[in-house]
Amino acid sequence: MTPQLLSGNEACAIGGLRAGVRFFAGYPITPSTEIAEYLARELPRVGGTYIQMEDEIGSICCISGATAAGLKAMTATSGPGFSLMQEGIGYSVMAELPCVIVNVMRGGPATGSPTRSAQADVMQARHGTHGDHPMVVVCPWSVRECFDLMVMAVNTSERLRMPVVVLTDEIVGHMRERVELPKTPETWRPANPKRPPETYEHYGDETNYDSRIASFGEGYRIHLTGLVHRHDGFPSDDPEVIKWNLDRLHRKVRDNESWLWDLTFEDLGADTVIVCYGSTARSALAAKRQFERKTGRTVGFLRLRMVWPFPLRRLVSLLRSTRRVIVPEMNMGQLNRSVERAVSPDVPVIPVLRYDGEMLTPEEIIDAL
Amino acid sequence: MTHYSLGDEPSDRFLDRFRLDERFPHILCPGCGIGTAMATLVRTLQELGRDPTKLCVVSGIGCSSRVPGYLDCDTFHTLHGRSLAAATGVKLARPDLEVIVFGGDGDTLAIGGNHFIHAARRNLDLNVFVINNRTYGMTGGQYSPTTPTHDIAATAPWGNCERDFDICFMARAAGAMFVARSTTYHVAHLKKMMKLTLTKTGFSVLEIVSQCPTLYGRHQRIGDGVAMLKWMKEKSVDVGKVKDPWGESERFVIGVLHDREEVLPYTKLYQQVREKAAGEQR
Repeated sequence: MTPQLLSGNEACAIGGLRAGVRFFAGYPITPSTEIAEYLARELPRVGGTYIQMEDEIGSICCISGATAAGLKAMTATSGPGFSLMQEGIGYSVMAELPCVIVNVMRGGPATGSPTRSAQADVMQARHGTHGDHPMVVVCPWSVRECFDLMVMAVNTSERLRMPVVVLTDEIVGHMRERVELPKTPETWRPANPKRPPETYEHYGDETNYDSRIASFGEGYRIHLTGLVHRHDGFPSDDPEVIKWNLDRLHRKVRDNESWLWDLTFEDLGADTVIVCYGSTARSALAAKRQFERKTGRTVGFLRLRMVWPFPLRRLVSLLRSTRRVIVPEMNMGQLNRSVERAVSPDVPVIPVLRYDGEMLTPEEIIDAL
Repeated sequence: MTHYSLGDEPSDRFLDRFRLDERFPHILCPGCGIGTAMATLVRTLQELGRDPTKLCVVSGIGCSSRVPGYLDCDTFHTLHGRSLAAATGVKLARPDLEVIVFGGDGDTLAIGGNHFIHAARRNLDLNVFVINNRTYGMTGGQYSPTTPTHDIAATAPWGNCERDFDICFMARAAGAMFVARSTTYHVAHLKKMMKLTLTKTGFSVLEIVSQCPTLYGRHQRIGDGVAMLKWMKEKSVDVGKVKDPWGESERFVIGVLHDREEVLPYTKLYQQVREKAAGEQR
């Protein structure tokens, strides 16, 4: 391994590639374009495919086609493009097609501030598509973690057969760091479908996630639809089937929460704990260190690598002795509401918010400590 | 999966290509032309000897887009208007598969219009069958991009003030290699056109003019399914009998309107990109 100077966007692209992604469909948008540019150059070298679609709606639908035909696929976009992709993300949830969507967050709403940073899509990443649906969203804070979480996102999406969103922002995407990236990260290698085509049911597997589902062109003659469907994939509007279908989608995430949840922490015995994610966690850690040096008092630090599913039960137990919680975010207050649910009502949860496109500074967080 | 024919007569072997056992009866209205198009597609595939395990039929949302649900091959019922984008992904991931896109006029040309022109421009090796019944059938007969001016629709009770698209003209302009038109009245002709469409390389479009007696026919007071078939028969003219096939606005010009394989399909061109990328360092 040789150290390289890479941006977060490049690390996302490399992470996808080394986790086995062989298909990318996207549309140029600041500040995510470097991911598309990197993969346009590298994918054909390894026999993969890059295609620039006519818009982001086309992009997400195109990758659903590629995954249905058996490839690992991803796309990358930012705010407005992410909005356009929402219906397609819902389709991937419903038809249980894996894919990874990188959303390099910028200021919004609408065209917003294309070259500025924000963390304002946290709620959209969770609830953006219509209907009750589960969602898995990871949030890296460094260039190395862009790579690691990208690999994890590909593996998780394959395993749970659903889309996974990698939520970075302009700061993480364009930041350069010296990193050494593993050539062959661990990837999920599932067994072939358990049943032969004659008795195969596309959604017949209730609890196991150890074998893959059949793809187009393998002789299984599968039917995929965005309609509510039965075990065999064919549509139904039977109330029992509707309930079974929605329960199934949610159960995949709920039953696997314990291994999905991903967070790091230190000094949780302190009275005050900073709960943070993504690029603001960098300022939060700097704030903790500076504050401790200056005052001699310890501050707790808890960083979510996966924001959705929200690790509520873990936070409840980790924050049980906490007296005060600080939640720094580069938005008008999104994840702090979820953190409030993890502590008792008499524990104040203080948001430290910045939404002018500039990075939240350690000083602003120290002021709240 | 167990199959049985509609009667005691097992000679109708083509029906084996349908998922008859539990998917039928289908959702289409009495007198609808989509069933004719679907059965003709099945017969065509049968006659061409296509392998159902190497075939993927992709659709969007709408009456016409329900067709894949009755076919016994890999079938992909995608979002409204997105069939061509999804088919692009399937074709690029598995260039060896025959990919058929089946959809209606609203699905393919209104909400999916952008994907249609760009898939044609890229010259993906796709076979696109557009059922044109001039209306949004599934939502109750609203006007579509192919509803002629002054026609009555659920959302044009005083007459449609928009102009209609000529599907074939647009396909040709956007770069399709093969463009043809037929109707559900001319079943033998339709089969011939389907065969041609399926044997051409590159982006191939077949417009299938079809009857929707329940909504379009009723609004225009043309009558039931039979009356609409007669109406299509009278309105159609063979491409060999008109001076300018693109200049007819009152009649359906049926036949091959455009056939020129002038560029390689996208999958072949992208293979060249792969070879170049593998050989060079940048």
